[in-house]
Amino acid sequence: MASSAAPAPAFAAAPAATGQSGLWSWLTTVDHKRIGMLYLWTSLAFLFVGGTEAFILRLQLAHPNGQVVSAEVYNQLFTMHGTTMIFLVVMPLSAAFFNFLIPLQIGARDVAFPRLNAFSYWVYLFGGIFITLPVFFNVAPDAGWFGYAPLTTNQFSPGIHIDFWVLGLQILGVSSLAAAVNFITTIIHMRAPGMSMARMPMFTWMSFVVQFMLVLAFPAITIALFFLQFDRFFGTQFYELAAGADPLLWQHLFWIFGHPEVYILVLPTFGLVSEITPTFSEKPLFGYNVMVFSGILIGFLGFGVWAHHMFAVGMGATADTIFGIGTMLIGIPTGIKIFNWIATMWGGNLRFTVAMKFAIAFVALFLIGGVSGVMHASPPTDLQQTDTYFIVAHFHYVLFGGSVMGIMGGIYHYFPKMTGRFLSEKLGNWHFWMFFIGMNLTFFPMHFSGMLGMPRRVYTYDAGQGWDTFNLISTIGVVFQGIGLFVFAYNFLKSWKGEKNAPGDPWSAGTLEWSIPSPPPEYNFAQLPIVTSRYPLWDIKHPERTAELRHSDPDTAVVAEAHGVPMLEQTETRTAKALGIPMPFPTIKPLFAALFMVMLFASLIFLHTASLQVAVVSMIGTTLLFIGAVYSWLTSPLE
Amino acid sequence: MSDSAAIVDRAHADHKAHPTWKQYKWVALWLTVITAVEVWVYYTPFRESPLFAPTLLAMSAAKFAIVVMFYMHLKYDHWVFRRLFVGSLVAAMGILMALLFLFSKLKIG
Amino acid sequence: MATAAIAESSAAPHGEHTHYTTTGLENRKIAMWTLIGSECMIFASLISTYLVYKGRSKVGPWPHDWGCKTSAIVGKTAAAVQAAGCAAADVMKPVLDIPITSQSTFVLLMSSLAMVLALEGVENHGKPGYDRWYKGSRFWLAMTALMGAAFLGYQAYEFTSFVHEGLTIRTNLFGSSFFTLTGFHGTHVAVGVLWLVSLLAIDMKRGLKGATDVLLVDIAALYWHFVDVVWIAIFTLIYLIQ
Ligand SMILES: [Cu+2]
Repeated sequence: MASSAAPAPAFAAAPAATGQSGLWSWLTTVDHKRIGMLYLWTSLAFLFVGGTEAFILRLQLAHPNGQVVSAEVYNQLFTMHGTTMIFLVVMPLSAAFFNFLIPLQIGARDVAFPRLNAFSYWVYLFGGIFITLPVFFNVAPDAGWFGYAPLTTNQFSPGIHIDFWVLGLQILGVSSLAAAVNFITTIIHMRAPGMSMARMPMFTWMSFVVQFMLVLAFPAITIALFFLQFDRFFGTQFYELAAGADPLLWQHLFWIFGHPEVYILVLPTFGLVSEITPTFSEKPLFGYNVMVFSGILIGFLGFGVWAHHMFAVGMGATADTIFGIGTMLIGIPTGIKIFNWIATMWGGNLRFTVAMKFAIAFVALFLIGGVSGVMHASPPTDLQQTDTYFIVAHFHYVLFGGSVMGIMGGIYHYFPKMTGRFLSEKLGNWHFWMFFIGMNLTFFPMHFSGMLGMPRRVYTYDAGQGWDTFNLISTIGVVFQGIGLFVFAYNFLKSWKGEKNAPGDPWSAGTLEWSIPSPPPEYNFAQLPIVTSRYPLWDIKHPERTAELRHSDPDTAVVAEAHGVPMLEQTETRTAKALGIPMPFPTIKPLFAALFMVMLFASLIFLHTASLQVAVVSMIGTTLLFIGAVYSWLTSPLE
Repeated sequence: MSDSAAIVDRAHADHKAHPTWKQYKWVALWLTVITAVEVWVYYTPFRESPLFAPTLLAMSAAKFAIVVMFYMHLKYDHWVFRRLFVGSLVAAMGILMALLFLFSKLKIG
Repeated sequence: MATAAIAESSAAPHGEHTHYTTTGLENRKIAMWTLIGSECMIFASLISTYLVYKGRSKVGPWPHDWGCKTSAIVGKTAAAVQAAGCAAADVMKPVLDIPITSQSTFVLLMSSLAMVLALEGVENHGKPGYDRWYKGSRFWLAMTALMGAAFLGYQAYEFTSFVHEGLTIRTNLFGSSFFTLTGFHGTHVAVGVLWLVSLLAIDMKRGLKGATDVLLVDIAALYWHFVDVVWIAIFTLIYLIQ
């Protein structure tokens, strides 16, 4: 075994990895890195679906009185565009990073529950397919991604369109919840010796906050969907206005979930950007403690502002004031973060890689979205803006300019770690500029069309209202984005098969994940490293960068004896078996448990398409299969 | 938490103080008594008093706390569990109160 | 030195020694508490909805008041309803049955006692005094499951009698929110019973003992007590307070 004194060969031949390949190994994998990869591939595939939907929407709106699609199809497309991008693209893209990065960043060999992790992924995949397939048969959900009841009840949405949405979201909720429980456990107690909470990398910290938001926010929509499910399938009256129901019940429950969801979508990106900027500025993140605290504060405040989505319903002065002020308050910790990223770059030795460009663009674009967000935090202003394209502009700056740009930066940054190969920087530059120009061309004019009164969700509009030019520009922007997306896809696919020349630490970064080979061996860390500061790798390679950080570890000796070794750059690539590290067995059982669970939910559709008997038989059958799969999973040994 | 604390914690995690048989039975007795009082009060004229609901809520909260502290041994267990539960409970209660207020079931002032 | 560390860990007799954890706690217990946190929000949403919809139903039957099948008359007593003009044959009584539900509440509370005693039995497996049947985990696991099943029996009885009195999940907002809330809780109890029976089966087969099994039962117990705690809230908020 190499001693820490011998410099690691820069291009240590990556392990003949694991010897795992072929379809079966992917179906049965419980390795967090491979599951992360599955999440990445799947969500990028869905990105193309959601992007195509957006492209058709923009084609329709390019000119007044567009004839590309009918109103019915348009409704399905905008509903599925939102649903796909939120639940099938951005959340799982974040999940790809949770999976891949969290154990590596905290110095763990896997997540706390490897098989549950596989289960989360399969539920996501099957749920995603379940909710996407109807698009191709003209029966896709068509009531918006927020599915307002009573619009979504049988009376106003007959047919099975909404059924797919209700059940699909329930399924995806299970996936998120299982994953969140898993990551909370992992972060709380699988950290390497010395990796205290105050030394955790910012991505892990932000992910930690996000998992709590998932655990606490999803129940609200689960119950709201449960009511809707019962209304649609069993004739309850939760959203039945004639029976005295309140049309605001759904809105409240939905947005209790919906607002935290916004932060669920963007906080992981905050984390990624907080990894990218210090690396390419070659100095530690500015104001670490404040960054952590403002992340927690955002998560906390995020639960108390949901009704700002409902100013237009007339909740009264007290409620409007409280929710308005609360919303503006969130601007403070968010602003602090913006300043900290700038301060991190300030005076740094900047390297403008593609990842860094995406990160900088993220800061700028997210800021624009944040500022327009503070504008409609004020109820009177919001009344002018609500349901117009101004809002569409706002949240696309947050979710595209913010989340997607940041995640793209993350992909360029971590691709070498995931695969041992670099993405082409040249193609990456094309990708970046196409995205950057395209997204501004598309979404900036929407501020104007919105202010001129163009409502959201209309499938067409008449000429002569001052919206024509802005809409045309928006559509032209989408063409740029599309080109960028194809450049990215080409880059991704080509590099995936390209030359394996990425060293363990290609960017000269400071956190644990870069101290092991690329791609990491199945067990990640041959020995658990003892962590003594926030940038343990810089401590041994670039001590000058961390000179001003606090280093303390009086108990290194004690810890070392029991659990770990002092920090070193790991070059070990032998298999887990050769090293005697117990690894969980691959298993197909989580896949089957996920499949049967999704089938159980899907069986409800038979109530509307077949007969009661078919539905009942199908539900009982799948329930038994599910219980059987879970039993056989739980009774088989982990490792 | 420092590493030394972590190690000490590890050593102690399995040997925390623990409620005993006797305590368990006392707890059961208290739960029964409070429940009996709750139901009894329901059948007295006190039911019409404005204090009825707050009193019942207090008794219910007491039962809730007793079960969580002793039967779920949260009182004796690691602080991580305490924070996980209390944090979620506070959030849940907050949402519940906010909804009751928003639907005018609760009035401020 | 590094090699030595590896050799040592692979030579360790028990698998668990090779897994370092930050807190020394058990993964599954942290997960269970997190899940319970999430369940708090689930039940908060359900209970909120019940309370928000309380008194908004357009037709009876009502939870605490007397009603009339043919009109919207509501009253505190049967006499009041009749005095307001409801024919005696059309009078609907309040559906909530406090005596019966008090019994089922008591049963569920006692099942929690049985549960802690079952855990106690596993923890002290084989120790002197714990070999008697009434102190062992099998007896108390069985008792817990039995009481859980009894609670479900009470609930089945309650639901059927409500249906006989004309209250179904489709009748009014009260019916929708009541059956959904209590049914959701009942489903949790049913899952718990299934869980306990599984544990009992393991206990019969090979005996529950040792640290791993204590954890196994401990987690089931946390779930069970939580379900009990939710019922404590439901009983007061839905049944007793008007
Ligand atoms: Cu919001």
